[in-house]
Amino acid sequence: MKRIGLIVASFGLAAGYLWSSGAALAASTNVAVAANFTEAAKEIAAAFKAKTGDEAVLSFGASGQFYTQIKQDAPFEILLSADDARPKKLVEEGLGVADSRFTYAVGKLVLWSKSADLVKGEETLAGSSFAKLAIANPTAAPYGATAIETLKALKLYDALQSKVVEGENISQAFQFVNTGNAELGFVALSQLAKVTSGSRWLVPQNLYSPILQDAVLLKKGAANEAATAFLAFIKGPEARAIIEKYGYAVDGKS
Amino acid sequence: MGGLSGDIWRPISLTIELAAFTTVLLLILGTPIAWWLARSKAWWKEGVATFVALPLVLPPTVLGFYLLVALGPMGPGGLVASLWGGRTLAFTFPGLVIGSVLYSTPFVVQPIRNAFEAMGDRPLEVAATLRASPTRAFWTVALPLAKPGFLTGAVLGFAHTVGEFGVVLMIGGSIPGKTKVLSVAIFDYVETSQWREANILAAGMVLFAFAVILAMTLVERRLAREAS
Repeated sequence: MKRIGLIVASFGLAAGYLWSSGAALAASTNVAVAANFTEAAKEIAAAFKAKTGDEAVLSFGASGQFYTQIKQDAPFEILLSADDARPKKLVEEGLGVADSRFTYAVGKLVLWSKSADLVKGEETLAGSSFAKLAIANPTAAPYGATAIETLKALKLYDALQSKVVEGENISQAFQFVNTGNAELGFVALSQLAKVTSGSRWLVPQNLYSPILQDAVLLKKGAANEAATAFLAFIKGPEARAIIEKYGYAVDGKS
Repeated sequence: MGGLSGDIWRPISLTIELAAFTTVLLLILGTPIAWWLARSKAWWKEGVATFVALPLVLPPTVLGFYLLVALGPMGPGGLVASLWGGRTLAFTFPGLVIGSVLYSTPFVVQPIRNAFEAMGDRPLEVAATLRASPTRAFWTVALPLAKPGFLTGAVLGFAHTVGEFGVVLMIGGSIPGKTKVLSVAIFDYVETSQWREANILAAGMVLFAFAVILAMTLVERRLAREAS
C-alpha cells in the first residue's frame, strides 16, 4: 500500500510540474539564434523581459545546424539566422510564416588577433606571420562562407587553405583565437564589441557580399503571442539601438 | 561511388590511424600503470585508480576545455610545439593523440588491471621458486596469463577512440586529413544537410560497433573455455 501511495504522490508531483511549466510556456518563446548574435540577443531578450514580462528562451549555434534541426521538427518558434538564404528556404518549405521575414541586422566581418600588433590589414594575410587562421564552418555558418569569399577576393585562398582551421560556428572560431591556438581568425564584429585588446582589421565591404541576417517566425510559433511580440520588439527602436551598439548595420527597409 | 566526394574516405583512414596510434601508446603506457595498480600495497593507489577512471564520468567538454588551454601557447603544449617552430598542439594529429590517450585510458587500464589481479600471487611465487627473475616472470608468466585482459583493453581502447567526438570537436579544428575524424565528419554532414554521406558513414559505424562487440564476446568466451 505504501508503494501505491508513493506512485500516486509522484504522479501528482509530475502533473503539478507539467501544469506549472505549461503555464510558464504561455509567456515564453523559443528562439534559435545564430552564434554571432549571441551577446546582442541576450541583451535584447533582457530588455524584452523587462518591458513585457515575457521570456525569450535563447539557443545559440550555427545557422545551418538550426536549419537542419528545424526541418526535423525542433521546438523553435523564431530563427534569427546569420544569412537570408535559410529563412527564405524555410518559408518556401512551409516551415516559416511567409510575411514574417525581415533583415534584423547586417553583419560585418573582422580579421582579429589576440596579439596587439599582428593584424595590420590585408598584408597580414599575405604575410607569413601566422600558422593558423580560424574561420567558422563555411557550409554551416554564413560568416565562414564570407571568410572564404574574402580570401578568394584577395586571391589568397589557395595559398592559405592549409592554414585554415574550422570552428563549428563563429563562437568556436572566436574561441580558437581567444585561447591563442590560432593567431588569426575571421570573426564577427559583434563578437569584439566588448573586446579592446589585440589587433583587428575590419574587412572592407567590397571584398564580400553583405551579410544580411534575417529573422523568420516559424510555423510552430505562429500562434504564440510571445513569439510575435518578440519579433516586433526586435524591429523596435530599443532593440535597434542594441543591435547597432554591437557593430551591426540596421537595414532601413524593414 | 557515383556522386560522392572522395573526401568521404579520408576521415575513415584518419580515424583508423588515430585509433591505432592511441591503442599502441595506451598499451605501452597503460600496462605499467595497470601492473602497479594490481600489485601495489600503497594506501593511495585507489586515488590513482580513481584519477585514471575519471574520463568515464567526465563530459568530454571538460577534457576538451582543459586540453584546448593546455595544448595552446599558454600551456605546456605550446612549449612542446615550439620545439619545431609551432605555437600550439591543437589542430594537429599529435594533439588528437594526446586527447584520445587521456580519454581512453580507463578502457585499457581497467581490463589489464583486472587480468593481473585475477591471476593472483601464486603464478609469480611459483616462477620465483623456479629462480625466474621478476622481470622474466613478468614477461613469461604474467603477460601470457593476462592475455585476455590485454585483448579486451586493446579492442575497447581502439573502439572508444573511434567513437570519440566531443574532445576532437573542441581541439581539432576539423582539418581534412589531419583532424577531421569520422565522428566530426558525420556531424558536419548532418549539420549541412548532406544526409547521404552522413548515412553511409553512420551506418558503417553501427556495423563496425556491432562487429567489434560481437567479436570480442566470442573471443573472450573462447579464451575462457581454453583456460578451463
